[in-house]
Amino acid sequence: MNILYSLLLFISFLFTNSTTYQGYDIGDLATDFKLENIDGKFVSLSDFKDAKGFIVVFTCNTCPYAVLYEDRIEALNKKYAIQGYPVIAIMPNNVETKPGDSMESMRKRALSKGFTFPYLMDVGQKIYPLYGATKTPHVYVLESTSSGPIVRYIGGIDDNYKDASLVKTNYVEEAIESLKNGVAIKQTKTKAIGCSIKL
Amino acid sequence: MFLVFLSFSCKSEVKTKVKDLTLLPPLEIYDFSGIEPYLNLEGSKTYIINFWATWCAPCVKELPHFESIQQAYKKDVEVILVSLDFPAQYETKLKPFIETHQLKTKVIVLDDPDMNSWIPKVDLNWSGAIPVTLIYNSSKRSFYNRTFTYNELDSELKNFLTTN
Repeated sequence: MNILYSLLLFISFLFTNSTTYQGYDIGDLATDFKLENIDGKFVSLSDFKDAKGFIVVFTCNTCPYAVLYEDRIEALNKKYAIQGYPVIAIMPNNVETKPGDSMESMRKRALSKGFTFPYLMDVGQKIYPLYGATKTPHVYVLESTSSGPIVRYIGGIDDNYKDASLVKTNYVEEAIESLKNGVAIKQTKTKAIGCSIKL
Repeated sequence: MFLVFLSFSCKSEVKTKVKDLTLLPPLEIYDFSGIEPYLNLEGSKTYIINFWATWCAPCVKELPHFESIQQAYKKDVEVILVSLDFPAQYETKLKPFIETHQLKTKVIVLDDPDMNSWIPKVDLNWSGAIPVTLIYNSSKRSFYNRTFTYNELDSELKNFLTTN
């Protein structure tokens, strides 16, 4: 079954213009990784021994939607890292296609915006297909369990990209608050516009 | 007269060589309820609805193909380009883009921040990345989560024209 699935996925990759990865669904075990941070060190989820979960955000410098959410992503880290749910940002684009997403550019952006979270590069673009990220920004909220990090929420950050003060539903915050209280997350998957990930 | 144009251009800080933005037709801007009828037109043509934005490089790259298709199939096909540009950039980016590229195809603008509500209404399989294209007529409907070359678009369209 596994071989058939892999074969089908490989064939679909060959014949479609857009790459349609399956990726994770709610309840799946998320893979760990070892990706380079803007400070040159390598970061894995397993480095965070006390984390109750993670806010994994596939994001970049060059997508206007991602840029519009930068401050809110930073705010999420400020609020939730100390509560055990740090933001882990991963830049999934091919730097040759998008030089504006180079490590140096990522470092400069993090510095100028005061990012307090790891901003990692998915070198070789191996991690984002496993998660199934299709655009930037794309969020995966994970919950730490004895078997590993489980995917609990997939989608956008909130329901108003234009104006943070007009947000009615903050999807990621609601997901984290539900995890904290041990209750089921009301909206486990949401959709949002973003920029396709550049191969 | 020339001085008026010049001062207007400086004030609006237009980066492209557009003479006077007030000469450009106003944009048709809708929230999703205004766009929805365009996804379900009931004429005899085949309709191609492309979601794009000036800030989306792959969208801009394939836009000429949609223009060419509209020109090649004037009688049987109607192409509508739905822009997802940001309101703050309508005057500075979108309008100049339409003017510079001399777009003849119909452009309408979608301004509705509650994306999670309307993205599934366009197609249940759409995760939100652009560009995407919807092609439909009275007998067939397909959603494309991909970019197109001219030949690919023409080839897909032919499937619709033979069934209509």
